[in-house]
Amino acid sequence: MKFAILVNEGPYNHQASDSAYLFAKAALDRGHEIFRVFFYYDGVLNATRHAEPPTDDRNVGRNWQKLAEQHQLDLVVCVAAGLRRGIVEDTLAPGFRISGLGQLIEAGIQADRLVAFGD
Amino acid sequence: MEEEFESGVVKKFMYVNRKVPYGTIYALEVLEMILISAAFDQDVHVAFLDDGVYQIKKGQSTGDSGMKNFSPTYRALEGYDIEKLYVEKESLEERGLTEADLLVPVEVLSRTELAQLMSEMDMVLSA
Repeated sequence: MKFAILVNEGPYNHQASDSAYLFAKAALDRGHEIFRVFFYYDGVLNATRHAEPPTDDRNVGRNWQKLAEQHQLDLVVCVAAGLRRGIVEDTLAPGFRISGLGQLIEAGIQADRLVAFGD
Repeated sequence: MEEEFESGVVKKFMYVNRKVPYGTIYALEVLEMILISAAFDQDVHVAFLDDGVYQIKKGQSTGDSGMKNFSPTYRALEGYDIEKLYVEKESLEERGLTEADLLVPVEVLSRTELAQLMSEMDMVLSA
């Protein structure tokens, strides 16, 4: 199946991004396709390059980057939501790209299922 | 525009608004999503239930709170050919509201009818 994933919450404050990551990983492990992961609302904060969580905890942003590297995932951050929250090219972690909300709508059209993670 | 995307595929999208308009940013950013999806010629539905019904209540004033009053934008949706707006009957009643309290023309559906409509969608985004 071809999935698209929507991450609606920032890292740590909510578990949404962790759950989305684990879902994506499990889907890929079972041979499904992830068409795109789109980050919206505070979800854009997953893409900051400046996060330094304690080393005895998971690194949510780094997890996404590693998964993207392994599977050529398309990690897209909403430009408008990002601008509001200081996620711009200069602050963007490797592996993510910034684009418009149209990328979410396109993912919804292209994928068999869009799975949203958030409140 | 860069978002332009031609596939010929038309899916049924539903945006479900469940939260008060202010206090969190969800209502405003859902509205931004709805406006963008208008550019994609999809079959867009917008539902208001639970506290989400307050998003389209008449007479909003954000006054000195520093929040932007974005409620007039709901009236502009018609200009983007987004006319399928639904409100859950029970949510209105539970809050002492009627259709006359709302900013925009809507179709009022019972909880059961709205659930049925949701089940017919290809994509439901809720916030």
